Amino acid sequence: MLAEVLRRERRQVLASLTRLTGNLDLAEDAVQEASIIALRTWPRTGLPPNPRAWLIVAAKRRAIDELRREAIRPGKEREAITLALQRAPDDFPIGVLRDDQLRLIFTCCHPALAAEAQVALSLRVLCGLTVAEVAGLLLIPEPTMAKRLTRARGKIAAAGIRYRVPDTADLPERMRAVATTVFLLFTEGYASRSNGLHERRQPCEEAIRLGRLLVALLPGEAVLEGLLAAMLLQHSRREARFDDAGDIVLLGDQDRSRWDRALAAEGVSRAAEAIRLSSVVPERFAVVAAIAACHAIAADAAATDWRAVVAWYDVLVLLDPSPVVLLNRAAAVAESGEPAVALAEVEALEGLEEYFWWHASRAELLRRLGRSGDASAAAKRACTLTKSEAQRRLLARRYGETVTGR
Amino acid sequence: MPNYVALIYSPDVDWSRPEYSDEMAAYGEFGQAAVNVIRGGAVLYQTNTATTVRVTGGKGGDVVLSDGPYAETKEALTGFYLLECADLDEAIKVASMIPAAWNGAVEVRPVLLMEAPTPDSVEARRAEARASSVTT
Repeated sequence: MLAEVLRRERRQVLASLTRLTGNLDLAEDAVQEASIIALRTWPRTGLPPNPRAWLIVAAKRRAIDELRREAIRPGKEREAITLALQRAPDDFPIGVLRDDQLRLIFTCCHPALAAEAQVALSLRVLCGLTVAEVAGLLLIPEPTMAKRLTRARGKIAAAGIRYRVPDTADLPERMRAVATTVFLLFTEGYASRSNGLHERRQPCEEAIRLGRLLVALLPGEAVLEGLLAAMLLQHSRREARFDDAGDIVLLGDQDRSRWDRALAAEGVSRAAEAIRLSSVVPERFAVVAAIAACHAIAADAAATDWRAVVAWYDVLVLLDPSPVVLLNRAAAVAESGEPAVALAEVEALEGLEEYFWWHASRAELLRRLGRSGDASAAAKRACTLTKSEAQRRLLARRYGETVTGR
Repeated sequence: MPNYVALIYSPDVDWSRPEYSDEMAAYGEFGQAAVNVIRGGAVLYQTNTATTVRVTGGKGGDVVLSDGPYAETKEALTGFYLLECADLDEAIKVASMIPAAWNGAVEVRPVLLMEAPTPDSVEARRAEARASSVTT
């Protein structure tokens, strides 16, 4: 209960402290210490009427103490920060609180930081995970992760990434960057499971939590609604994506009674909202969500409106004509009853020779066209490109054990 | 306000040749557009005029020269601007207006400016050093 309150308020308190001190490191240390004091004090005194204000006061005090202790910072700067902390009120109006959270988000997802650094910082700073937890979640050794986080913080300070909400002119582009980072975090959890590693639902759920926060802080934005919708819809299928033996179940074969209906319904309505909010050119995430929604509203695989799916993919290709998008579009073309057309499109794609799913898709299309020898060869090639047991078993079930090369 | 250098990476050519006059005009336009933040800069002669200096064996060792730039790359360091900007976002915005960003690359880095030493400042530092060696 107390831990829950702390968890809820921590990011907000950190966001405000970072604004007051202009320094993420100092703010993080102060909030960390304030949380420890709270955990010691609250069981005795009971929960204060305004826990956030309590934490802000405690964190301000810790930050001032810390500034007094440290000697590296120039005296003038130290005085300026101390003064800002002393003069700041104990709590802030709702608009200021909201902007503080946005500042924190846009700083952690600044495009001048490497993508993996953005993901790590978001988990550490926005989600409040410990360095060890972030390392565990991203499957990276803890010392490496600690270094990566230190380097990212160092760049923020030295390169002058300012703690602020982007200008209106830059906001759409920066929101897309934030959405991309959050989605990267989401797929981190998603991909790990299909790679045959232990189940890690947590990255997905942290990402969805951030998605909800973004929609709450910046309502009415197509890209953020689309991001949240795409994540909810994909996550609604989590229980059906693997069978009891841990094998991959492809979308068409999934037991739809295992889909999370509540999550899917929310995803569908948010996807519709994202499309409605889009301008002439829809947001990429809105289109991704629309495609997922086409599947969510079909009672079973046979009822899928594949022509609608292909049409949405046509829009997606306009926004992102990457080979992987074209590959997925071709799969939809095949499902809409044109496997020969799909195969020609798949074979025309360049740059996917090392991509597992390109060979797996070719195998599937060849199989449907009755070319079983070619299909097995493609499946065999696919098997050489993956370390994932689940992906190998998927092909072995369809094309026989020999394709796994054992 | 923080200072940044914008390091310009572009084809290694002789910018004074007439075929580059359009490009030079584009730099002129940039200079006018960014007049409020540009604190300095230079065009570098071609890399075939460069000499790389190393001293082997540490301070006072043999001076070893090599003909050419420190690193041979497809695009070479051909110039730089010194910028004074509010933050990285502004520096990036300015850098994206430099013609090299369109066909080469511009690297933006924060810098800590050092004051150029003058004979007076050198003498003052020497005196300071002498004074401290006396007191300790």
